[in-house]
Order: sequence, then structure tokens, then C-alpha cells
Amino acid sequence: MSKIEINNVYKIFGKNPRSVLPMVKDGATKEDILDQTGHTVGLDNVSLKIEEGETFVCMGLSGSGKSTLIRHLNRLIDPTDGDILIEGTNVMSLNKESLIDFRRHKMSMVFQRFGLFPHKTVIQNVGYGLEMQGISEEERKKTSMEKIEAVGLSGFENQYPNQLSGGMQQRVGLARALATDTDIMLMDEAFSALDPLIRSDMQKQLMDLQAELKKTIVFITHDLDESLRLGDHIGILNAGKLVQVGTPEEIVMNPADDYVEAFVKDVNRAKVIKAKIIMTPMSEANGIEKSNLIKVQEDQFIEEFLPQIVCTNSNCEVVDKQGNVKGYISNKELQTSLQKS
Amino acid sequence: MEFFTKIPVMERTALRELKKSIDFSFKEFSRAYGDAIETFFDPLLYFLIWLEKLLVNTPWPIVIGVFGLLAWTGSRSIKLVIGTVVCFIIIGYFGMWKNCMATVAIISVATLVCIVVGIPVGIIMSKSARAEKAILPVLDMMQTIPSFVYLIPIIMLLGIGKVPGLLAVCIYALPPIVRLTNLGIREVDKETLEASEAFGATPMQKLKSVQIPLSLPTIFAGVNQTIMMALAMVVIASMIGVKGLGVPILQAISNQYLALGLMNGLAIVALAIIFDRVTQQYGQRIQKHRGQKK
Repeated sequence: MSKIEINNVYKIFGKNPRSVLPMVKDGATKEDILDQTGHTVGLDNVSLKIEEGETFVCMGLSGSGKSTLIRHLNRLIDPTDGDILIEGTNVMSLNKESLIDFRRHKMSMVFQRFGLFPHKTVIQNVGYGLEMQGISEEERKKTSMEKIEAVGLSGFENQYPNQLSGGMQQRVGLARALATDTDIMLMDEAFSALDPLIRSDMQKQLMDLQAELKKTIVFITHDLDESLRLGDHIGILNAGKLVQVGTPEEIVMNPADDYVEAFVKDVNRAKVIKAKIIMTPMSEANGIEKSNLIKVQEDQFIEEFLPQIVCTNSNCEVVDKQGNVKGYISNKELQTSLQKS
Repeated sequence: MEFFTKIPVMERTALRELKKSIDFSFKEFSRAYGDAIETFFDPLLYFLIWLEKLLVNTPWPIVIGVFGLLAWTGSRSIKLVIGTVVCFIIIGYFGMWKNCMATVAIISVATLVCIVVGIPVGIIMSKSARAEKAILPVLDMMQTIPSFVYLIPIIMLLGIGKVPGLLAVCIYALPPIVRLTNLGIREVDKETLEASEAFGATPMQKLKSVQIPLSLPTIFAGVNQTIMMALAMVVIASMIGVKGLGVPILQAISNQYLALGLMNGLAIVALAIIFDRVTQQYGQRIQKHRGQKK
């Protein structure tokens, strides 16, 4: 069972979404529907599965429906049609009380513009989810302080959000989401409002935290580099349709259509592709020049061993963590893999 | 041709009958329910009388001291405290102390009533578009209908006295606080609300922990407006038996006493300025951390 499963979800915005649904299902385009009915298609037959413990990045340009999609998971937005299963529970079947309970214990969320409560101090902000869970003030304080430390904001707990910089504010948002210790974390363009250096910092911090916590993270972004860096899987949305789902390598190596291709065109492939993706397996590696081999780990990115290869003009021997030889990459193969398609 | 030169008019006798029957049925209504309605407002009347007596009977230095303290709590500005104290001493010195206290009493009670009634109504309006549509025209009417017009039924129903005066003041002073409560809650940043919902706040928790605290500065601007409008009604309220600074002004109008009118008028202005500055400063002070960064 997948942690999160979205089945054939449609979302149409407008006066009478249900009436437009058949048209959308018949495959009318977003523009046609807007012209003819005045309704906006937010999501068009989106289905995907997200496994426990992975970071799923949902990417698309603004207006592609990615923020709409993430809000379906905790039902800040209700779908026009389709099912959303979280740990096998259909969230559409929840009544008001169970939905509130579900939001308190199953999911937390980080927002693009932080969504902090300006009238509460940092520690009160971080403890908000716990407060909703009905946890005592003392325990709230203790947990909040732990999370504030975890994001590196010790000493700021009694400040108000508007006394902090953008990056610090988002750390508060992150701590608030961590505080409730939910399995699933939704991050809606969480780092988009930050400047590049701080963004990169926060990405690193998120990855470090994730390595330890192993949460299921759904991350929304419009930044390809960010999605390649963070995502175990990436889903690309265009005009409400999910056009491709895959690992970062798959997205870069085999873009599903022109839209995705345009996205990945300028990506530094060496940063994304791992040795094991381009290696020739042991069994097929005949006639490779083995006199001048360099050992590389199968999970290393090309970027990491490229300089060595270029300098020595040698071939690679790909090994796994135990040191068993898995395959080879010839110098020539390496060159082709880095060429833009 | 006559149709174009002369507007069609209802027949005279029919018109007279129509007016008569409306008057008659309202008289019947007030005969039947007048006493019950009066009893309903009794607690308010006792409260008003109690407050007025308290203000008048307490030694003046204590009263002025309390006002000064309130001004300090509200504004944290020593200038304003000095201004308040000086104003009240001057008002007393010119023999307007008792009337001034009566006015302060009715303004305070009227503001309290408006807050108690207005904020919940504003909250309901902010929650439901339908309620907003229904209530807005009523508010418009309350603000624009000449006050003399609603004085008539109030007097018919409750006679002349403090309660009808209080009601008249409240009708006029209620709309701003309702409007601004509604506006304040509707203006709360959408993402902040989403955050509250995403962490599982119930609608009530959302209201209490986010919407009301964040709209307090706006709500407070409403309280400020309500006080100002209540002060503007002081003279009219005096026409139907409310004691206070309005009474000498009415005397001054009918007898052409320029100095009397001017003094009492300026006393109202002084009250207005004090109330306004103190509540405004307080509103700004609570806004300190609430400024929503864009």
C-alpha cells in the first residue's frame, strides 16, 4: 500500500464544476473549457502514488495546478471528482470531526509565504499544531524548544515573526511542521520566497533532517534544480495534467514530451545522473579497456568523478557499497551521456 | 397629457387611512408589548444609573485620577495623560462636571452595548456572504435615516427617558463596529488561515486563535468610530430625556445663550478628542506585531 494515492482527481473551479466535468473527461482542453463555460480546470485526471519515506517533488510553472494538488491532500481544497487515499483511508469519506483529527495527526504543512501567525511568538507559532492536538502547555514548550533547536533558531523563541529575516521565518514554519511529528509533510513552494543562498541552505537542512526523520514529504516547486536535488521522485504538471512521473535521472534522460524537455534542457546532467544509470552492466561489458580503471561508487553523481576521468583519460569501474564490481563506464559513454539531446 | 404633467397620487382619503392604520397598529403593539420591552431594558437602565451616580458621587480628584490612569493604560503617552487631566479640571471649573459625568456614563454604556452586540454581528457577517448581504442594507439605513425618524417609534414604545435615549445613541453608533469587525476578519491573510486549518483548527479555534486577534486593530478602529458617533448623538439624546452636556446646549439653542452653548459644545469636543486619541494610540499599540508582512 502506498502512503499516498491519488486516483483520477479532477478539480474544476467555477460556478457549477460538476456540469463541466463530462466535458473535461472527454478531453476538451483547458482553453476550450474556459472559453465555452467560464470554468477553469485546475487538475485534469491526476493519478499518482507516493511511497512511505520518500520525498516526492511536484513541479510545474505557476498555474500548472501544483499548489491546488497539494491542498487536496489535506482537503484545504475538495476535488470535483476522484479519490485521495492516505494510508488507505479515503480522505473524501471523512466527516468534519475526523477531517480535523486527520489534519492534526497525519499531516503538517509548510507554506510559501510562511503562513506564520504574526501575533504569536516563535515558540507559540511552533507549538500551534500541538495546541490544536490538545497537548498541555508544558509539554508544548518542551517539544517546541527541541524543534526550534533542530532548525537552529535557539535564542529566538520569544521573538515575533516580523522581527526575523525571511529564511529564519521559514525555519519557524519548518519547525512548526516538525513539531506535530506527523508522518507526512506538505511543503508548498516552501523555499521559493527565499534568496538563492538561503534557499540552498534550507534545502541542505531539509535533506539532513529527512535523512534522520524519514518522513513522507510532498514538495511543490517551480525550480527544476530544487526538485532534482530534493526529489526521490518527481512529478511534472502542465496545465493541470501530470505529464511525467519518475526519478530525477529518468526525467533528465528521457523527458516524456516537449514541455518536460524544455524544462530539463539546461540542466547540468553531471549533477543529476548517477554512475549506475549510465554504466554498462558486468555481463555486457566486453572489450572494455581495463588497464586504466578508476573505481567509482554506483551512487556517485558523474560530477563527483568527472574531473578525475578527464585528467587521466581512463575508464570507470562501478562498484557497490561492498566493493563488488557492478559494471563499467567507458570514457566515450561518459561523453555521450553528458551531451544534450 | 395630464399624465405627464402631474405625477399620479394616491387618493387622499386612502392615503390618510393608510397612515392612520400604520399608526394605530404600532400604538396597539406598544400598548401590548411596551411594558415587557421596558422591563427587558431595565438591567441596562440600572447599570447606567449606577455608573452615573458612581461618577458623580466619587470625589472628583479620584475620578480624574482614574481617567488619567485609563489614558495612560491606553496610550502610554504622558502628554495625553496631562491633556486629559487638564481638560477635566477645566470642565469642572466651568461648572459642567455633573453633566460631563452623565455624558461619560451614557457614552460608556452605549459603547459597551455596541461592542457586545456589534462584534458578534460582524463575525456572523464575515462568515456568511448571505448574512452580509442581508445586514449591509440595514446598517446603511441605520446610518442614513434621520435620527428624529426613529426617535418617534422609540418614544411611542418606551416614552421619554434614559433607555430610549440610549437606544437612539446605539442605533446610530452601532454600524461602524459591525462593519469594521466584518472587514477586519475578512482581511486576515489567506495563507495564515490556511495554516491554521492545515494544523487542524476547528472553525471556533480558528476564530479565537487567529481571526479575532489579527483583526483586533481593525475592530478597535470600529470601537473608536462608535465612540465618536455616540458623542455626536449627545444633543439629540438630550431631547428625549437623557441628562448630560446636551441639556444645556438645548437650553442655549432655545434661549440664544451663546456662551453656554459654546462651553458645553467645547466640552463635548474635548471628550471626543480624549477618547479618540486614547483609543487610537491603543489600537496602534496592539498592532505592533500584527503588521502582516507582504
